[in-house]
Amino acid sequence: MKGWSAVYYRELLILRRRLSRMLASMSVSPLLYLIAFGYAMGGHVRVEGYSYTEFLIPGLVAMSSMTQAFGIASEINISRFYWHIFEEFQAAPISNRAYVCGEVLAGMTRALIAVAVILTLGLFFGVFLSYTPLFWLAVLLNSFIFASLAVAVAMLVKSHADQAMVSNFIITPMAFLGGTFFPVERLPEWAQGILFLLPLTHAAKSVRAAAFGQTPSLFSYLLLFLAGCICFTIALRCVNRARD
Amino acid sequence: MIKIRNLTKYYKNIHALKGICLHVPEGELFAYLGPNGAGKTTTIRILTGLTQLSSGDAWLNGFHIHQHTLDAKRQCGLVPQSVNLDQELTVYENLDVHGRLFHMPSEKRKEKIHELLTYIDMEDRKDTPARQLSGGMKRRVMIARSLVHSPKVLFLDEPTVGLDAGIRRRIWALIKKIQQNGTTIFLTTHYIEEAEFLADRVAFLDEGKIVANDTPQKLMARLGEWAIDRIADNEMNTVYFETREAAGTYSPEQHESFTLRRVNLEDAFLSLTGKKVSGKAPGQKEKS
Repeated sequence: MKGWSAVYYRELLILRRRLSRMLASMSVSPLLYLIAFGYAMGGHVRVEGYSYTEFLIPGLVAMSSMTQAFGIASEINISRFYWHIFEEFQAAPISNRAYVCGEVLAGMTRALIAVAVILTLGLFFGVFLSYTPLFWLAVLLNSFIFASLAVAVAMLVKSHADQAMVSNFIITPMAFLGGTFFPVERLPEWAQGILFLLPLTHAAKSVRAAAFGQTPSLFSYLLLFLAGCICFTIALRCVNRARD
Repeated sequence: MIKIRNLTKYYKNIHALKGICLHVPEGELFAYLGPNGAGKTTTIRILTGLTQLSSGDAWLNGFHIHQHTLDAKRQCGLVPQSVNLDQELTVYENLDVHGRLFHMPSEKRKEKIHELLTYIDMEDRKDTPARQLSGGMKRRVMIARSLVHSPKVLFLDEPTVGLDAGIRRRIWALIKKIQQNGTTIFLTTHYIEEAEFLADRVAFLDEGKIVANDTPQKLMARLGEWAIDRIADNEMNTVYFETREAAGTYSPEQHESFTLRRVNLEDAFLSLTGKKVSGKAPGQKEKS
C-alpha cells in the first residue's frame, strides 16, 4: 500500500492551487437550486413536515458529494490524455491499490469540501440541521462509492467524450431522480423499485434522516458500504486495463 | 544491468516487437536507433512497466520485470517522449511528488532535489510552475525528476525531440554527466548525431527486430570511412570508400553532382535495412 500518500499529496497540491476557483464553482449550482427551488418555488411548500429548503439541503449534500467525488474522473482523464501524468504513477513502484486509494481519497476530499460549502450556504438560508456522525458517515460512504466509480470509469474510457457520456447517462439522471429534490415515494411503485437500486437514493435518505435527527436505516448504510466495496474492486481491476 | 530475452509484443494484429534479445552492461550508454514505428518506445514502455509484454523475459539489475515488478521499477528512471510534468505544480513540487512515489524519506528527498536542481542549473526556478518553463527547461526538469530516487538505469525516450540544436547539445552534456556518475543509460533516438555523439553501443531496430548491435565505430567501419553522395537524373546514390585517398580517385559521370563526407550511422542503418532512420531511402545504395 506504500505510495497512496504520494498520489493523494499530488491531488491535494492541485486542489490547494485551485481552491478559491473550486469553492466558487462548488457554490454556484447549490446556490441556484436553493434560490430557485428552495426560496422562490418552494417557499411555502412543506415536505414530510419540513420546509422545502430544509428538505432540499440534505438532498443537495448527497447530490454534490456524488458529483464532486465523481468529478475526480475528469481530473484523472486530463492527467492521462493531455498531461500524461498517469505514466508517472505507472512507472513508480506503487501498487494499483495504492494508486486507487490515493485518487479515491482525493475524490472524497473534494466531496467533503463541497458538502461544507452547501452547509455554509444553508446557514445563510436559516437552515440549522443536525450534523451527527451518522450524517457524515452517509456522506463519506456516498463519496467513497462515486470516487471509486470515477477511478474505474477514468481507467476505462478512451476519451473525454466517453467520459461526458457516462456523466450524462448515469450521474445526471441519478442526481435528479435519487431523492434529491423530492421524496422518491411520490413516484409510481415501479419507478421506486428502480430508484431503490441506486446508491444515491439510499445516500439521500440516510443523509436526510440523520440531518433531521431521525434514525437512518441500517440497511441503507450496509448497501452503501457494499456498493463502495464493489466499485473500489472494479476500480482496482480497471487500472491494468489502462495500460496498453 | 538490462537483460532482455525473446521479448515480443502484439497490439491486436500488429506484431510490434519480434523476439528482441539484448544485454546492456552496467554503466553503458546504449542507444536504440530506428525509424518511427520500429518499436523503440514499446521496448522502453515494457521495461518500465507502462506496457505489458506479450511474451519473453526482461531483467533490470537482476529483477524480473514481470515477477518482481515493483523492485524492477525501483531500479529505473524514465524520461518519456512527451512532456509529462504536472503543469500546475512547481518544479520543486514535481520532483517532490516523484520522490514520494519512490518512498524516499523527507530529509533525503529534500537534499536530493536541491542537489539535482543545482546539477541542472535550475535552483533559481524551483518555485516556477512547470507550465511557465521553456521546452529545454522542461526536458531538464524531467531528467532531474527521473534521477530523484537515484536509479541504476535511466531510460530516455527521444529526450531531445523538438528541441533546437543549442538546447539539444546542452541536454547531451547533461546525459554524459549522468553516465559519468555511473548510471546505465538506455536511449532511444532517431537523431543519428545524437547516437554517434553519446552512445557506447548502438542497436538498430527495424520493424520490431534488432538488425545490428555494436559500437558506432564498428557499425560504420563495415562500410568504410568516407562516402560520396552522387546525384544524377534526380536519383541519389551513395558510394563508400575505405580511405579518403580512395575516395579521391572517384570520377563523376557527366551531369552528376557529388558530395564527399564521412560515413555516419545513417549509412550503416541504410545499408542494413534499405531505409533511413528518419524515413525511406531516397535512392538505391551502392558499396565500393
